[in-house]
Amino acid sequence: MTAFPFDGVTAILALPAATAALLAFLPGYRISATVNMVSAFATFVAASSFFLIKPASGVYFLVDDLNIVFIVLNTFVAFTTSVFSASYIAHELEIGRLTPTHLRFYHAMYQALLFAMNLALVANNIGLMWVAIEMATLTTVAMVGIYRTNEAIEAAWKYFILGSVGIALALFGTILVYMAARPIVGEGLDGMVWTTLIKRVPEFEPALLNLAFVFLMLGYGTKVGLAPLHAWLPDAHAEGPTPISAVLSGLLLNVALYAVLRFKLLLDANANAIAPGPLMATLGIVSLIFAAFMLYRRRDIKRLFAFSSIEHMGIIVFAFGMGGPLANFAGLLHMTMHSLTKSAIFFTVGHIAQAKGTQKIADIRGLTVSHPVLGWSLILGVFAIAGLPPLGIFTSEFLVVTSTFARAPWLAIPLVFGLILAFGALILRLQGMAFGEPSPGDKPTTASSLPIAAHLGLVLMAGLYLPPPLVAWFQHVAAMLR
Amino acid sequence: MTGLSFDVSHLLAGALVLVSFLLLYQNRLFALLNVFALQAVVLSLSVAWQAYVQGAPHLYITAAIALAFKAIIIPVALHRIIARLGIHRDVENVVGIGPTMLAGLALVALSVVVMLRVASEADALAREDLAFALSVVLLGMLMMVVRRNAVSMVVGFMSLENGLILAAAGAKGMPLVVEISVAFSVLVAFTVIGVFLFRISERFDTVDARALDQFQGDRQ
Repeated sequence: MTAFPFDGVTAILALPAATAALLAFLPGYRISATVNMVSAFATFVAASSFFLIKPASGVYFLVDDLNIVFIVLNTFVAFTTSVFSASYIAHELEIGRLTPTHLRFYHAMYQALLFAMNLALVANNIGLMWVAIEMATLTTVAMVGIYRTNEAIEAAWKYFILGSVGIALALFGTILVYMAARPIVGEGLDGMVWTTLIKRVPEFEPALLNLAFVFLMLGYGTKVGLAPLHAWLPDAHAEGPTPISAVLSGLLLNVALYAVLRFKLLLDANANAIAPGPLMATLGIVSLIFAAFMLYRRRDIKRLFAFSSIEHMGIIVFAFGMGGPLANFAGLLHMTMHSLTKSAIFFTVGHIAQAKGTQKIADIRGLTVSHPVLGWSLILGVFAIAGLPPLGIFTSEFLVVTSTFARAPWLAIPLVFGLILAFGALILRLQGMAFGEPSPGDKPTTASSLPIAAHLGLVLMAGLYLPPPLVAWFQHVAAMLR
Repeated sequence: MTGLSFDVSHLLAGALVLVSFLLLYQNRLFALLNVFALQAVVLSLSVAWQAYVQGAPHLYITAAIALAFKAIIIPVALHRIIARLGIHRDVENVVGIGPTMLAGLALVALSVVVMLRVASEADALAREDLAFALSVVLLGMLMMVVRRNAVSMVVGFMSLENGLILAAAGAKGMPLVVEISVAFSVLVAFTVIGVFLFRISERFDTVDARALDQFQGDRQ
C-alpha cells in the first residue's frame, strides 16, 4: 500500500488512536468521559459505513464480509459501554475508589484497547494481527489492575502471565504458518498476508499446518477463555471496573475467536491437513459443561457472569467447530446475541454492585423492590442469557441444538445437558437476588438505563423477528466459513 | 549455505538450549539473573549470525534489542528491584531439581521428534532451528510451572520469549520480526514494571506467587 487513502479503515484506526493520545493529556473526567463517548460513537458510524462503501483491501488491511460483522458489533458495544462507563465511573470517583489520575489513565487505555481490537479485526497480515492482540491484552491488564487492591493485583498478574503465555504460543503458531507458506508463496511479506495464504494454502505442507493450528488454538484459545485455559477469565472479570468486564466479555473474547476462525479457514482449505472442527467442537463442549458446573458454586455476582461467558464462548466455538451453513449461522447469531446480552448484564450488575455496595450474591436481595429498574433489567438479562424464549439467545441456541441433532445426534446429548445445567444455576441465583426482602445498603444510583435498554431491546427484537437483510448477510458469511 | 555458517548457527542455537537448562537448576535469584543475561547474549549472537548469513540487515536491530534490553537493562533492573525489596534468598521450586531436569530432557526430546518429523520438507537449517527454538520455548514454560517466585516466573517467560525470537529469526525472510521483537520487549518491560509498580512484595510481604492464591474471590 503506497498511498494511504482516507477510507473507513483509516477512520476506525485513527479515531481511537488519536483519542487515546488526547485523553492521556486531558484533565477533568467529565470532559474525558464525553470525549470518550463521542469518539466511540464516531468510530461506530465509521464502521457502519463499511456496509455501504467497502474499503479496498491491501497487504496490511482486509475488510470482507466476515470481519464487517465483528467490527460493527465491536464498535457498537464499545460505544454503549462508553455511555455506561460515564455514569459508572462518576460513582466510583464519588466513593473514592478511583482518583482523577486513574481516570485519565483509564480513558486513554479504553481508547487504546478499541484501537488494538479494531486493528486485530482489520489486519490482513497474521503478524500484525498478533501484535494487535498482544496490545489489547496489555491494555486490559492495565485496566484490570486499576483498583490496586490485593484481589485486583492478583487478577491482573494471573491474567498477565496466562495471557502472555497464550500469545507466546500463538506467535509460535504464526511462525509455523509462515514456515509452511515460505516454500510456496516465497519469502517476505507475502508469506504472512492472509488473502495470499488462503489462495495458496492447498499446496502447503499439511504436517506443519497441523502443528501450527495446535499452537494457535491453544494460544488464542486462552484468550477466548476456553476450558481448561480459562483460569484468568473469572478473576479478570470480577476485580476490574465493570465497564472493562463488559468489554472483555462482549468484545475481546470475540476478537480472539475471530483470530481462531481465520486460521480455521486456512486449515479447512488444505485437503490433507487435519480437520480443525472436531478439536474446536471438543474444546467448546468441555468449556460449556465445565462452566455450567462451576456456575453453581459462585458467590460473587461478576464471577457468576464471567463463568457464563466461558459457557457461551464454549457454545459458539462448538457451533463453529461443527461447521456447515446452519451451525455457522447459529454460531454467528449466538456470538452477536451473547455480546449484546452479556454487556447489558454487566451494565446492570455494575449499577447493582454500586447500589448495594457489594458483589456478594448473598448480600444482594430483593432488587425488584428496592431498585425496580435494575431488578427487572437483571431478570430480563438473565432470562435472555439462560436462553428463554422469546429472546435472541433462545433462537441461536435452538439453531445450534437442531443442527447438532441433524449432523451428530450423540453430540447433542452433552450439549443439551450443559445448557440445562447452566439454565438451572442462573435461575437459582437470580431468584435470591431479584425477589424477597430487600437487603440494606440502598444507595440511590445515577444509573444510565439507556445502554441496557438498547441492548436488551435488540436481543428481544432478534428473538421475535430477524430482519431478512441480516439473515441474508449471516447466511452469506456462514457459507464463507464452510 | 556453506558448511561453516550452518555449523555456527547450530552451535549458537544449541548453546541457547544448554543455557535454558542452566536456568532450570539455578537456586539463587542473582545467579538466575546472570544466567539469563548470558542467554540473552547468546540469543543476540545467534540472531546477528542469522542476519549476516541471510543478508538481512533488519535482524541486526533485533539482535541489538536483545543485547541492550534483555542482556543489560532488564537484568540490572531486576537486580535492583530484588536488592531494594530484600528478597535475594533462595528460589523455591515446586518440583525438585532432579525431576525438573528429567522433564526438561523429555521436552527437548519431544520437540526434536515433533519438529524433525513435521518439517521434513523444510530445509535442514530451518527445521533444526525450529526444533531448538521449540525446546527453548518448552523449557521456559517448564520453568514458569516449577517456580513459585514471581521474579523467576518473569525470567521463565523471558526465556520462553527468547525461543520465539530464535524461531522468528531462523524463519528466513520472515517479515515483521523487528516489530514483533519490539512488541515483546514492551510486554517484558510491562512485566518488570508490574513486579515493581504493583509492589507485589510490599503488599504480600513476599513475591511468592503461592501467597497470592489466598485472595480468591469465591472463598468466604
